[in-house]
Amino acid sequence: MSGAMNLLIGLAMGFSLVALASSRLPSVIRAAAFQGMILGVLPLLLEAKFHWLVVAVAIGTITVKGFVIPSLLRRALRAANIDREVEPLLGFVPSLLLGAAATVGAAALATVLPLRPEHARSLLVPGAFATVVCGFILLIARTKAISQVCGYLMLENGIYLFGLLLINSTPLLVEAGILLDLTVAVFVIGIIVDRIQREFDTLDTRKLNSLRE
Amino acid sequence: MISLLLIALPLLAAAAAFAWPGERTRPWFLPAAGGVHTALAFWLLANPPVLARDAWFGFDPLARAVLPMVSLLFLVCSIYGVSYLRLRSERKNRVFVTALLVMIGLLSLALQAQNLGLLWVAAEATTLVTVPLLHFNRTARAFEASWKYLLVGGTGIALSLLGSFCLGYASLHGGGNGDLAFTALVAQGASLTRPWLITAWVLLLAGYGTKMGLAPMHTWKPDAYGEAPGMVGALLAGGTTTMAFVAILRVKQVVDAAGAGDMTERTLLAFGLFSMVVAALFLLTTKDYKRMLAYSSVEHMGILAVGAALGGAGVWAALFHVWTNALTKGALFLSAGNLRRAAGAQTSDLVSGLAWRAPVSARIFVAGLFAVTACPPFGVFFSELKIILATFQMDNFFAATVFLGCLFFAFFGMGRLVFAIVDGRPRTANRPPGERIPEQPGVILPPLLFLGLSLWLGLAAPALLRAAWTAAAAQLPLPPP
Repeated sequence: MSGAMNLLIGLAMGFSLVALASSRLPSVIRAAAFQGMILGVLPLLLEAKFHWLVVAVAIGTITVKGFVIPSLLRRALRAANIDREVEPLLGFVPSLLLGAAATVGAAALATVLPLRPEHARSLLVPGAFATVVCGFILLIARTKAISQVCGYLMLENGIYLFGLLLINSTPLLVEAGILLDLTVAVFVIGIIVDRIQREFDTLDTRKLNSLRE
Repeated sequence: MISLLLIALPLLAAAAAFAWPGERTRPWFLPAAGGVHTALAFWLLANPPVLARDAWFGFDPLARAVLPMVSLLFLVCSIYGVSYLRLRSERKNRVFVTALLVMIGLLSLALQAQNLGLLWVAAEATTLVTVPLLHFNRTARAFEASWKYLLVGGTGIALSLLGSFCLGYASLHGGGNGDLAFTALVAQGASLTRPWLITAWVLLLAGYGTKMGLAPMHTWKPDAYGEAPGMVGALLAGGTTTMAFVAILRVKQVVDAAGAGDMTERTLLAFGLFSMVVAALFLLTTKDYKRMLAYSSVEHMGILAVGAALGGAGVWAALFHVWTNALTKGALFLSAGNLRRAAGAQTSDLVSGLAWRAPVSARIFVAGLFAVTACPPFGVFFSELKIILATFQMDNFFAATVFLGCLFFAFFGMGRLVFAIVDGRPRTANRPPGERIPEQPGVILPPLLFLGLSLWLGLAAPALLRAAWTAAAAQLPLPPP
């Protein structure tokens, strides 16, 4: 069980790096979507017996992270009719190297933090921290609004991964509320992207610079 | 029961306002809901209920110490809102009114939340519902402000969720059941695993510190306050930031109970003083009088953090300061909104002589300047005095020196800008010289009321409020001598 889980978490970490290395927006969106779907499967592996709430959480996560949000992002991409190049502030190789360094750092951090025996051999904690940091890098090292949204999505994915540590202890009410809230957050971001496009005819956040000292 | 009404009533009013057909009559939902909400909050202030141990939310001492203020702030802003939305009748107000009512409902939930998870959900929802409010003017600059608010605020709120999870894991690893209820976490005390506890504190302080607007996570604030309508700025500066401050106090209570009080005090003091220094520096240079209010808010959030870091008397003073700062800022934001409408611009390059063009609002703005920079007998003077006294009691002369220095520079910087726009030959961006703006009582009385409240808190803060602050400060453990 834990072998399969670690494999999937490793794959998810790989998709963070794929997103960092992609030069085209559709492939960044795809990487984030695949990562979201992998995360959706994880709760099923984590639970020994099939509880309907866990299944519902898994289906909800896969639908939202894997299909709804990516299709919203693609729609924004089409509506904006923008150039699909990513335009990094920080080059692909440096961001990839940073992402790799973050992954190593996360693994190192996870060995420092004490873990419960059942989590000791799992990649959940390093995977979560690595995904959060990669999301951060994507968020700040890219100029286009859509890639920033993808970065935010990966940040969320990392946090979700960490939340799996607590899936048995926190009431599912909180879990469901969290899922809903994060979804709406990205939804609203999508709408704003749409608005920004209408106002500026571009999704380049470097143009958002009239408010400054 | 009434504590539930505080949350449910505005949400129901929001649903009704959303369905209401009349564009001109819809704004009246704001003062109606605000009035009942304030009456309920003050009734609870006078008759505090007993909290069930396993309640998800409730009117506990900390909520009692601040929620009536948020309620009062909303009520006065909502009175302003009726006149404001009449002046801006070219804009549809359905979303604006609904979002405002949802916001006060969610703030009531967040302030009363007894569970870290529930607190987070309310804080996240508050962030989302603020976006259409910032967006009200629909200009390119308003879009930019909303985008930055959502990106920075969203990242902050994501970090605070990660921090909440870390705290849950600290409990789980320490032999608890991962319950995120504050009473359970405090009861677990020192058995929370230390490395996870520290990680959680760092993430939660960064996350809720972003919402509160502590430097260096304050970057959304000048943009948002600069572009939002005045009443939204007032609610953000007095309501949302108060929610984040209360969240930090509640987490601090847990971390202190686990025996890491030294760390929380050092970090809060560092963030607080750093915020004050950053704000003072920007106040010396900014030319935009609405962004100036944002930096002033950063400064006052720093003051709150310093107060919270001092423990005991400092927390008491910080809770006092939550009231005085929010109500004084209300006067400033509402009068700044009036000035912005009268002048059509908001920088000292384009605007001057507003004392002639909008005489009453300009006078309120100047009085508000003196009130917020702690001139006696306004409330801010007394609350800041208490915080300085607390630094002396703790023999922290370094903090006292930086604190007083920043207050001086902030006064200098704000005074410079306020008199630059108020004095001089009348000059605006949008109107021919010589035209005066009619100032309706509906947009003049609410900021005057705020000034009156600020004076009242300074001269005669009622014993009931003092008792509420004492009870809340006693809930947080005192620092080791």
